[in-house]
Amino acid sequence: MTRPRLALPLGSPLQLLLLACSFALSAYAGVRLLEGDWFEVALWFVGAALLHDLVLLPLYATADRALVRAAGPRRRRVAYVRVPAALSLLLLLVWFPLISGQVAERYGAVTDLPADRFLTRWLLVTAALFGGSALVFAVRSVRLRRGTKGRPRAAR
Amino acid sequence: MRRTPFSPSFWRSPLRGPWLTSVLGVVLLGGITVLFVTGLLSYAAYNPDLSPVNDKTPGKGLLGFYLFAWPTDPHWLYRLTQGVHVTLGITLIPVLLAKLWSVVPKLFTLPPARSLAHALERLSLLLLVGGGLFEFVTGVLNVQLDYLFPGSFYPLHFYGAWVFFGAFAAHAALKMPVAWRNLRRMREEERTESTAPDPDPPTVSRRGALWLVGGGSLLLFGTTVGQDVDGLRWSAVLAPHGADPGGGPGGFQINKTAAYAGISAADRSEESWRLTVTGRTGTVRLSRADLLQLPLHSSALPIACVEGWSTSDQWWRGVRLRDLAALVGHDGDPPDLFVESLQRHGSFRRAALRANQVADPRSLLALFVNGETLTPDHGHPARVIVPAAPGVLNTKWVARLTFGDLP
Repeated sequence: MTRPRLALPLGSPLQLLLLACSFALSAYAGVRLLEGDWFEVALWFVGAALLHDLVLLPLYATADRALVRAAGPRRRRVAYVRVPAALSLLLLLVWFPLISGQVAERYGAVTDLPADRFLTRWLLVTAALFGGSALVFAVRSVRLRRGTKGRPRAAR
Repeated sequence: MRRTPFSPSFWRSPLRGPWLTSVLGVVLLGGITVLFVTGLLSYAAYNPDLSPVNDKTPGKGLLGFYLFAWPTDPHWLYRLTQGVHVTLGITLIPVLLAKLWSVVPKLFTLPPARSLAHALERLSLLLLVGGGLFEFVTGVLNVQLDYLFPGSFYPLHFYGAWVFFGAFAAHAALKMPVAWRNLRRMREEERTESTAPDPDPPTVSRRGALWLVGGGSLLLFGTTVGQDVDGLRWSAVLAPHGADPGGGPGGFQINKTAAYAGISAADRSEESWRLTVTGRTGTVRLSRADLLQLPLHSSALPIACVEGWSTSDQWWRGVRLRDLAALVGHDGDPPDLFVESLQRHGSFRRAALRANQVADPRSLLALFVNGETLTPDHGHPARVIVPAAPGVLNTKWVARLTFGDLP
């Protein structure tokens, strides 16, 4: 008689214990988290992971790949566009509610601060980031050209 | 198979590898631990076990095991802990995104589970990633007053933090030994090892990628930290409290304006406003003129908000809370205090202060700030100011003080 094969081995017992502890704590807090509108809260919780892994990440990865492909043989120069673009989009991602103006009315009424400054500022920061990158690129290109011109002379 | 993410060769970046993931993991281990601790401290700072009016998560059960009487020293304590909580949280966003990017192929590995332990670990990763993003998203939305999330911020962020922390602690315990070993023992050439079986040629070095992540963090830090430093406020270019509301003695940060709170000029007028003070020996009603006849004291205290912004010390002048307690029969040893505002709605229009906060000689019912009568937005006719307390416990437009009888 052969023993029926286990569909799934147990794995490390220490790992199982740790995970059981972790689930117990998360479940204790989780029932409290879900006390209100449980469906919407669960949707936000799971949705955050799915939206990040299946939308945001593929979106920026695809954009980056397109950028690299567009650069063709000058791949190394991609950084001069990639860095300012990434930083600018990061600021937009974090401060989107303020930059987009979707909270402008409440923000102005609550804090007595001007609500219309964020879009302009973000555009200025973006301009500064790309401008700075262009400057670094120009300076490096000039140096590189001088360097290659200088070398044969030095060899003489 | 190469076209689908379930195939390892779908993932082409040469940067993904154990060294990069370990570096980011160690940074997050330290950073998120600080976020968790400062978050728990912020909850304690509200003194939620003192009265239900201070507690937005009354069903917390064992999760409030660590609560303690929030001290009044140093007077910048909450300014520091909450400034760190919010500023560090925003600073860590690029690290979190990079960490998730570095491990995303693992989401698609097949078979789905090699063992029961492995299956549970993958389930726990849903709580880890979902919980982490949930905490960062609710926090970032809340500081921008964008209340999109389903419910009140306090319970969502507090219970969400515990759900996340359960998964985070297990993940740290399971992975940290490996990450630590990777960082300590890896030789230079091993650091460049990639997990991609068929990597594209690199367009940036791994070190360069880390510089980008660090640069993103630095940019967010540099444009946020000014919310907590009056001299640097101009530098918080995109943060919500990166500007001052006008100049003059009242030209410092406002949490909620009088207009937004529904406080009219008539409510605050000399003729209509009276402060009702109740205690052991009964009730007295005082006009602002009556309060000005009492001994006035000064204290230099900041306003520090749960949203992570704060002001430097402002020069407040008013009647000590303990003197008001003495007025209604609590001499020497003032009790807890229940404060009610003129505000008709708003979640912290009523607040409880603990005896140690009432007894502190710097705790005032302030009538003046920076040498001038309080402005309407800063709580005229009278507001509470207590050292080290979260902003919302410094009740504005105070109408009633009840000593020794909390709801």
